[in-house]
Amino acid sequence: MTRINLTVDGAKVADDVEPRMLLVQYLREKLGKTGTVIGCDTSNCGACTVHLDGTSVKSCNVLAVQADGSEVTTIEGLAGTYDGGDLHPVQEAFRECHGLQCGFCTPGMIMQTTALLAENPDPSEEEIRLGLEGNLCRCTGYHNIVKAVQHAAAQGQTEGAGS
Amino acid sequence: MTAVQDAPEAQKEIGRDRRRKEDQRLITGRTRWTDNITLPGMLHLAMVRSPFAHARINGIDTAEAAAATNVVAVLTGADLGETQGACINAWPITPEQVTPPHLPMPSDRVAFAGEIVAVVVARTAAEARDAAELVDVDYEELPAVVGLKNAIKDEVLAHPDLGTNKSAFWRFDSEEAGTGGNVDAAIEKARVDGVVIEREYRQQRLIPAFMEPRSVVVDPTGEQVTIWSATQIPHILRFALAATTGVPESKIRVIAPDVGGGFGGKLQQTPEEMIAFAVGRRLGKPVKYTETRSESLVSGHHGRDQWQKLTLSAEKDGTVTGFKVELLADLGAYVAIVGGGVPVLGAFMFNAIYKFPAYQFNCQTVLTNTTWTDAYRGAGRPEATFGVERMMDELAAEVGVDPMEIRKQNWITHEEFPFTTVAGLEYDSGNYEAATARAMEMFGYDELRAEQKRRRDAGDTVQLGLGISTFTEMCGLAPSRVLGSLDYGAGGWEHASVRMLATGTVEVVTGASSHGQGHETAFSQIVADRLGVPFENVEVLHGDTQIAHKGLDTYGSRSLVVGGEALVRAADKVIEKARPFAAHILEASEDDLKFHEGRFQVVGTDQGIGLTEVATAAFAAHNLPDGAEPSIDAEATFDPVNFNYPHGTHLCAMEVDTETGAVKMRKYVCCDDIGNIVNPLIVAGQMHGGLVQGIAQALWEEAVHDDAGTLVSGSFVDYLLPTAADTLSFEIDHTTTPATTNSLGTKGVGEAGTIASTPAVVNAVVDAVRHLGVTDVQMPCTPERVWTAINAPGRGHDGGPATQEAAMPHFDPDAEPGPSSTEGAGA
Repeated sequence: MTRINLTVDGAKVADDVEPRMLLVQYLREKLGKTGTVIGCDTSNCGACTVHLDGTSVKSCNVLAVQADGSEVTTIEGLAGTYDGGDLHPVQEAFRECHGLQCGFCTPGMIMQTTALLAENPDPSEEEIRLGLEGNLCRCTGYHNIVKAVQHAAAQGQTEGAGS
Repeated sequence: MTAVQDAPEAQKEIGRDRRRKEDQRLITGRTRWTDNITLPGMLHLAMVRSPFAHARINGIDTAEAAAATNVVAVLTGADLGETQGACINAWPITPEQVTPPHLPMPSDRVAFAGEIVAVVVARTAAEARDAAELVDVDYEELPAVVGLKNAIKDEVLAHPDLGTNKSAFWRFDSEEAGTGGNVDAAIEKARVDGVVIEREYRQQRLIPAFMEPRSVVVDPTGEQVTIWSATQIPHILRFALAATTGVPESKIRVIAPDVGGGFGGKLQQTPEEMIAFAVGRRLGKPVKYTETRSESLVSGHHGRDQWQKLTLSAEKDGTVTGFKVELLADLGAYVAIVGGGVPVLGAFMFNAIYKFPAYQFNCQTVLTNTTWTDAYRGAGRPEATFGVERMMDELAAEVGVDPMEIRKQNWITHEEFPFTTVAGLEYDSGNYEAATARAMEMFGYDELRAEQKRRRDAGDTVQLGLGISTFTEMCGLAPSRVLGSLDYGAGGWEHASVRMLATGTVEVVTGASSHGQGHETAFSQIVADRLGVPFENVEVLHGDTQIAHKGLDTYGSRSLVVGGEALVRAADKVIEKARPFAAHILEASEDDLKFHEGRFQVVGTDQGIGLTEVATAAFAAHNLPDGAEPSIDAEATFDPVNFNYPHGTHLCAMEVDTETGAVKMRKYVCCDDIGNIVNPLIVAGQMHGGLVQGIAQALWEEAVHDDAGTLVSGSFVDYLLPTAADTLSFEIDHTTTPATTNSLGTKGVGEAGTIASTPAVVNAVVDAVRHLGVTDVQMPCTPERVWTAINAPGRGHDGGPATQEAAMPHFDPDAEPGPSSTEGAGA
């Protein structure tokens, strides 16, 4: 067992974990952060995407011990990083544009989109599609996910222009 | 959003692009996937699976695993005995069907790689998996049969005791049925003075690949055993558990909480569910099993997997005269819950929208030592649509006309509805001309044809192809009598109830079981309109047999057209039950009351009372008519009299690099007639997702077993699901001819995109290179296959010899078998 200390969704947490425990397992099993889900075992699907020190990572591809001392944001804490309201604009955009159906890939898609827009606030459709390439969705055909990202980007642009 | 919410109250909910009620919890991670459920004292299961496709089990040594720290039990099929129940086949397609017994965990022999031979129970999932590695199984490997064309020879048997791999043969013949002429006569006549097109197509094996891996939690600690499962079919699962384990149905509660997609892949009674149920009951402790993705791909049922021999006859001018279909369908190792019924659904769809005077459908189902197959989005209808739409293109090429012209020449015109087809179905409504006109306009068909000609004339290395699919489907499964006539083991009705709560809100219970479709939103819209209550005041409950006690669940594009109609009828009963109460309270005659927008109004006066006020009065029961039962709640069970028949015209433009074989989709448009639309946003989502699944069959996906029966496409690294970067944005539109067999005039939409898109894509790929002598590219149309098709002997850029004969292969029963079900895919 190894002791880790980290901040998850704004709260300080500490645990003794097995060295082999994945970050996603730690989030789900130890912290009850079940909003982050596991969709595959080969790091292809991206359903488990979270932010680790501000960068999107597939949390099945990070050991919990690697996150020691880091700050993790999951889908459950995303709104809190914005303005403390109920929803982050990217979450709102996914609802507005019907960018989800079963919703299983959605936490990962939203976390990846947030990271994508932080890097590139005004992406082209091609940049969006490439930026989400590591996240699989089986329901939407990606059409409305792309629209949701465009919607969120446009909102961001409007806000940027206004401020 | 705000503007929508501020709209006048009288605005109809049906037809409105309401944002979904489901989304708030899904976008914030406040979800209840089965794997999220944790119960006190819960134990975790790991399955020990056979690495061999076919092997005798000579012994299982569980001692080392059982001795591992925190392992509670290691159990085999012999340990569980009859308590494990059985996996059922609900649709034996013939009385003579050969059906191997299907135990969740066999103890003597495994019939596919991935079959479960032991289960480890431990305090954590990781410990269970670790210990599963310690279970020592003594296998004696047996020869495995893989691939339809191998299996049909009956040389190697998937189940030696059965004596054959042939499970069932099912035929529909229009002459015998009295719905048309003799197909063989039509073909013979065409050989003399018409056109005969003979083709053999491969429907490769696919994996549904829902995003949420399957998971099951069993809690045996209550009086009812509670099972949470990532399933599409909680009601059918409860029935199967009770029927095969002897546990009374009343002692079983099945809950499908948030379910992350299904596409038919969760339309199953799984061995994992049965084993978890047995282990939980045996140990008296809650247990959980969640599969890994690799387990999901190897052990969740697969779909499609057919060889299709098709013979189409026509007059010289392209007027069709007959269609003969001979299918081989791979069941895999067992006959699954719907199993052989899936290809049989295609029997009614190969004739599609065309007026074939003679038709015959033959289907031989075959057992192999591979993962068992069952429903996958469309289930039998995509296979049929692919076959006929590919053949219509081939006919057009043979006759020398545009493929759209050959369709127009042969389809049912809008004046001819209702139309009884050569397969015996009555198409109630449709307008193929209108949908096609709109789609062609959106597509810019003529301009693209002109561009195609320019690029051909110029010898462009990247050629353009246009693909058409003018599809229809039967959906809304299903009229119970029809199912009975096909020997299906259940009905096709659906149940709903409407509960008027004392405070004015409404609880709606449906037997349909949503797993991403948005029932809570769409059904709220229906009830809001019907009862005149606010959308926000309707709560839709589903997916729990204790709440929705009666239902037949969600598949076959049935939830709206069957379940929605049950809901309409239950709502109408509420109004009729409320009417005498309203009359009594208003001191008026029932005959003078008119129900409009949520109120009973005394005609010609300003006297009235709202339905929700009547609900409150019924709750108080202080002032009701003498002897009245104090309730206006109502329920209804609806059994459709007919299927419904969505249709549409899908047009696809593909660019094919003739030097590399690479294909690129340039444009995809479709115009679908799905009747009246309840929520256009949800409909668009269903179309988009369906399209990509169908396109993925055409271009990317294939489940491949090697010769030994090992699934080599057993992870997301190897099974190619499309990403956002592989796909494009679609242009979709609708024409509307309401269905005549339900009150709302709706038709199914869940499977339409998947059924329609596959042949549109392949037709486009072939169209791009037909001038090079190519008449088919086997799916998925990988660059390697496209390149090979272009560069086959006798073909090529330099013109090469005429390919007319090669393009018209006559079936030779003595010829060497073609590639096995898997051959070529790995190449």
